[in-house]
Amino acid sequence: MSNEFRLADGGRIDRDRPVRFDFEGQQLQGYAGDTLASALLANGVHRVATSNKYGRPRGIMAAGAEEPNALVQVEAPFPEPMLPATTVEVRDGLQASGLPGKGRLATEEDPARYDTMHTHCDVLVVGAGPAGLAAALSAARSGARVIVADADTEFGGSLLGSGQTLDGRAATDWVRRTTAELAEHPEVRLLPRTTVFGYYEDNYLVALEHRGDDASSRQRIWRMRAREVVLATGAHERPLVFSGNDRPGIMLAGSARTYVNRYAVLPGRRAVVFTTNDSAYAAAIDLHDAGVEIVAVVDAREVVSTYWASLCVERGIRIHASTGVVSTSGTDRITSAHLSSLGPEGNHPTSVRQVVTCDLLLVSGGWNPAVHLHSQARGSVRFAEDIGAFVPDGTDQAARSAGAVTGVLATGKCLTSGAEAGRDAARAAGFDAELARVPDSKHAPILAARHLWVVPGSGDSDGTTQFVDLARDATVADVRRAVAAGMDNVEHVKRYTTIGTAHDQGKTSGTLSTGVIAEVLGVGVGELGTTTFRAPYTPVTFAALAGRERGDLYDPVRVTAMHDWHVEQGALFENVGQWKRPWYYPHSGEDMETAVLRECYAVRSGVGMQDVSTLGKIDVQGPDAAEFLDLVYTNKMSTLKVGRIRYGLMCTADGMVFDDGTVTRTAEHRYLISTTSGGAANVLAHLEDWLQTEWTHLRVHLTSVTEHWATIALVGPESRQVLADVAPELDVDNDGFGFMTWQEGNVAGVHARVCRISFSGELAFEINVPWWYGREVWEVLMAGGRPYGITPYGTETMHVLRAEKGFPIVGQDTDGTITPHDLGMSWAVSKKKDDFLGKRSFSRPDTARTDRKHLVGLLPEDTNLVLPEGAQIVEQPELGEPPVPMLGHVTSSYRSAVLGSGFALAVVKGGRDRVGETLYSPVGDRPVPVTVTEPVFYDKEGARRDG
Amino acid sequence: MLLIHCPWCGARDEAEFRYGGQAHVDRPPDPNAVDDREWGEYLFVRDNPRGRFSERWVHSAGCRRWFDVVRDTATNEMSAEVPSRSGRR
Ligand SMILES: [Zn+2]
Repeated sequence: MSNEFRLADGGRIDRDRPVRFDFEGQQLQGYAGDTLASALLANGVHRVATSNKYGRPRGIMAAGAEEPNALVQVEAPFPEPMLPATTVEVRDGLQASGLPGKGRLATEEDPARYDTMHTHCDVLVVGAGPAGLAAALSAARSGARVIVADADTEFGGSLLGSGQTLDGRAATDWVRRTTAELAEHPEVRLLPRTTVFGYYEDNYLVALEHRGDDASSRQRIWRMRAREVVLATGAHERPLVFSGNDRPGIMLAGSARTYVNRYAVLPGRRAVVFTTNDSAYAAAIDLHDAGVEIVAVVDAREVVSTYWASLCVERGIRIHASTGVVSTSGTDRITSAHLSSLGPEGNHPTSVRQVVTCDLLLVSGGWNPAVHLHSQARGSVRFAEDIGAFVPDGTDQAARSAGAVTGVLATGKCLTSGAEAGRDAARAAGFDAELARVPDSKHAPILAARHLWVVPGSGDSDGTTQFVDLARDATVADVRRAVAAGMDNVEHVKRYTTIGTAHDQGKTSGTLSTGVIAEVLGVGVGELGTTTFRAPYTPVTFAALAGRERGDLYDPVRVTAMHDWHVEQGALFENVGQWKRPWYYPHSGEDMETAVLRECYAVRSGVGMQDVSTLGKIDVQGPDAAEFLDLVYTNKMSTLKVGRIRYGLMCTADGMVFDDGTVTRTAEHRYLISTTSGGAANVLAHLEDWLQTEWTHLRVHLTSVTEHWATIALVGPESRQVLADVAPELDVDNDGFGFMTWQEGNVAGVHARVCRISFSGELAFEINVPWWYGREVWEVLMAGGRPYGITPYGTETMHVLRAEKGFPIVGQDTDGTITPHDLGMSWAVSKKKDDFLGKRSFSRPDTARTDRKHLVGLLPEDTNLVLPEGAQIVEQPELGEPPVPMLGHVTSSYRSAVLGSGFALAVVKGGRDRVGETLYSPVGDRPVPVTVTEPVFYDKEGARRDG
Repeated sequence: MLLIHCPWCGARDEAEFRYGGQAHVDRPPDPNAVDDREWGEYLFVRDNPRGRFSERWVHSAGCRRWFDVVRDTATNEMSAEVPSRSGRR
């Protein structure tokens, strides 16, 4: 079986480039230029897939993205689930199989690269059929920057498969000449294999380009902002609804014509054509002329076109008027079509009059303009009686539709409307555009179509095999059930039946389902309307959307000046916002717990060092800086003396803790404030907001200086000695260098600002040097500390040490519902200031409640137990029936080296009044007892701070 | 992806901006002088009209300036940007 259905010549395939591919274990041959569908048909394969609900055999119905049936799972070159065989290009090594209802995601990592392009243009033309190409020509000749995007591998749209002539020559000649001229224009970009799948506000359109498996990137997302858009998206042929209308071998008439003319493939040997309109006759003629026996043209209309009838008579093709196909036979392929006469109303089932043997049934119920993008652009649609479908009816976006999407089907009219749209778009974009001449086309007279929604069948009065949406296996019976359940709106029926929600988004079934619903409801199709179309027009992989933003490029990675040193020491890292922070530094053989206990012990008993460069730093300058800081911090900053440092707490206007840090007064009108590592950008934005929009009279400037200063925390009882050795000029005595003060001086030969700040309760110095010197100073301090056993430590140890002291971390122990008073930090809230952010909210009834959740400590009775963070706190050891009243939850929990046990911080309802009580936390399958304590576990009197 | 006109930088993609909610919500000049209900409304209650709506945006990935626009919430059409120096939160 090798291409026995391939014509000896013709088509747009490259016969010099045969390709071999594998379909379900069968080695088959196709040609470059084939789709998987056309190559399968050339080999006589019709049955491709199995329907997902009823397991019925399904074949190839269409020749493009509208395919509802022929879904394949591609195994090689890379596993991809659920691709329509009609859009997969065959290539050597392609391996695919029919979808057995559902696809399967790849289990290995995708080795391909995906990319993103951002661009602007004056005129974006979507679709490169006759209308799109004519539009592009008019626009391009004006000098406008034009992008032409089309999903197909080559431009031409319907002209590629219709075999028609333009200006007396093959239409494909005009396509080639036009495409060549467009390519010559320096401002024109041609994007074949590119599907515009989303149309968003302000003419922002997004497209997916298939570049091929061998390209530097396999697919590319185009994000385009266009001044003007021309939608030349064409139309999809509409199938017909009758019993057994889903068998392999039943194909849209226009698609069959494409297979013959474009791919030189005969989709069958003996065909019946069932139509409600003129367009299927062209398919009947083309197939006949290519060698297919057309056993009958079945036309639902009483009167058929004399023009087409005479062409049929010339060929001996018999036409049955006022007739329909009411049912079919066949299992893996249609074997016969059952004809019956249709009355003028068409709704009275009559018995089968004739059974016609065939291996192909072409259907045409008319054409549905592809209004998807127009609809996404919030354009409205109206029902056009002449074609029995919905057409664009205006949009507020700078867009216009042209060609078949507007409901005009004759090629000549498509060309003219395209040329006009292109000219108008270019003019609207400010260019002096003229109408490009369009070629002459042969124009057949068009006889009115008959709109036939459901062909009455005698054998299937329930409609259980009358498929409306083949992709969803949804039938007329399902629509009736939805209507019987009270649905009288297409959106509701869509959700009830899932019609139109498959991979194809109902491209062939959309208008049809509206017609069927209208018929069941007994209302007009136009008054029922369509469902709303949403992006994406065709499925898009997450890999394509992600582009290069994966792995290390997923998000910017920020590292400190000392980062490489941490890496060299084997540190493990924690992500804090975009920062990589050393988490802990395991020695060989150490697990995290052992390493952290060692680091904690070293800091409490000797000296440790942490890279704290990531803390946010904002330089606050201006004559009103003090007044401003008084408004944004809960405590008073205007009274802070130059040379001193104060802890500061920020609230939002609702009184909830927002961020915290230190405030260093560096001059009369200048402060340096620090923020949490993850909160720096938000704090700056918050401050700018108030400064710019509320307190506009304040003369203050804010500058982020986080990356100006590398910051080293030198912590522990021996830290003073280490600093004294490395910075002999500095007065490090407690009297000369008191807690919460700062000094400037040389540290390791580098000018530094040294602060006495402690986040561990231990004697500590924070050394700030210009970023450039960070690693150098860090290494000198490490070397200087070696005699004292200096130990680098990471964020985990920092967390344990601060938790032992009961210092909360904003964002971990708070969550936007916690006030300073809830934290037990009323000491940080000024009572002297008239106003600051949060103040007024503290007296709101809910904020002033005394039984709010308070920050407390918890000691599990089992000293070996470390409670999981997030664990709930309950009153009773027995949980009882749900809902169980929750008192709060664990916010921080660790094992402590100095306490020799696990301990936790938690927020607990009325917690400060429960100190000493036993509460319970459900861990695993049982609540474990915990004792409520003050949040400070270690050195309550603060004796260690000054060394 | 809206195209937003920053009064300082011109038209830029929406992704460069952050939204700031309703504009012209005045903070009471003396918060202590208003009762809890009024203060609660200042904090939490905002208009949500269908149609024209004055709202705040900040060009966070650009000049970092706040400004006000009038946006039609039904069509997303934006107009009449005013630098919000004179405006309120
Ligand atoms: Zn700006």
